[in-house]
Amino acid sequence: MQRRAFLQCLAGLSAMALLVPFRAVAALWNRAAFESKDVQGALAGLEVPGEIPSEDIEIIAPERAENGAVVQVEVRSRIPGTEAIAILAEKNPTPLIANFMFSHGAEPFVITRIKMAETSHIQAIVKSGDKYYIAKRMVEVLENGCD
Amino acid sequence: MANDMKMRAQLKGDIAEIKILMSHPMETGRRKNDLDEIVPAHFIQLVTVSLNGKPVLEAQWGTGISKNPYLTFQVKGAKVGDKVMVTWHDNKGLSSSHEGEVSQA
Repeated sequence: MQRRAFLQCLAGLSAMALLVPFRAVAALWNRAAFESKDVQGALAGLEVPGEIPSEDIEIIAPERAENGAVVQVEVRSRIPGTEAIAILAEKNPTPLIANFMFSHGAEPFVITRIKMAETSHIQAIVKSGDKYYIAKRMVEVLENGCD
Repeated sequence: MANDMKMRAQLKGDIAEIKILMSHPMETGRRKNDLDEIVPAHFIQLVTVSLNGKPVLEAQWGTGISKNPYLTFQVKGAKVGDKVMVTWHDNKGLSSSHEGEVSQA
């Protein structure tokens, strides 16, 4: 039986390897979180039980963005054991923008460019172990960049 | 899609700063074209970066990342010559990879 279980396991593994990456990606991608139309749903999708406000998360973003299509955001966490940083724009049609997971020496730091629909807070959610921390920064948006 | 990514990985001290620029429409699925038709969603969902074969960054994205995505991050303990591999996958099943090396800043 052990041998059979082992073979079944092997068969399962090779079947997984044969799957086109598309399906693997579709399985990995957190659909519930990314398609949620509000922050609460997005955080539920990320399985965030509650966030602790932290001053050890730094968000650098412009105070005013002329065009919401391209807003550069920089997030750095000084929270020990940071594993992941999620970025949300509170009033976007789907608020969750990205979730970055760091490993093997990657610093808890990221710069990217996001779309914003209207003036709102940007949230950075940091995961460290089973704890989640939050910081916010207000960005005034003059032109909707979410079409 | 061979030249659709640009990457620079520069070592400053013992930290490699990796900057990536991808070429992708990042359509939200809400935009209308000139004929007033909805343009279907087309966006990168997953980005993975490895250093000498070890994963250092895995990013999941929604439609809120800007067109032609830009990304900078840092890896501690990197050395000149380390191999950096970037791969993205989008919601239409397309993907692209790019390999580069860490160089001295």
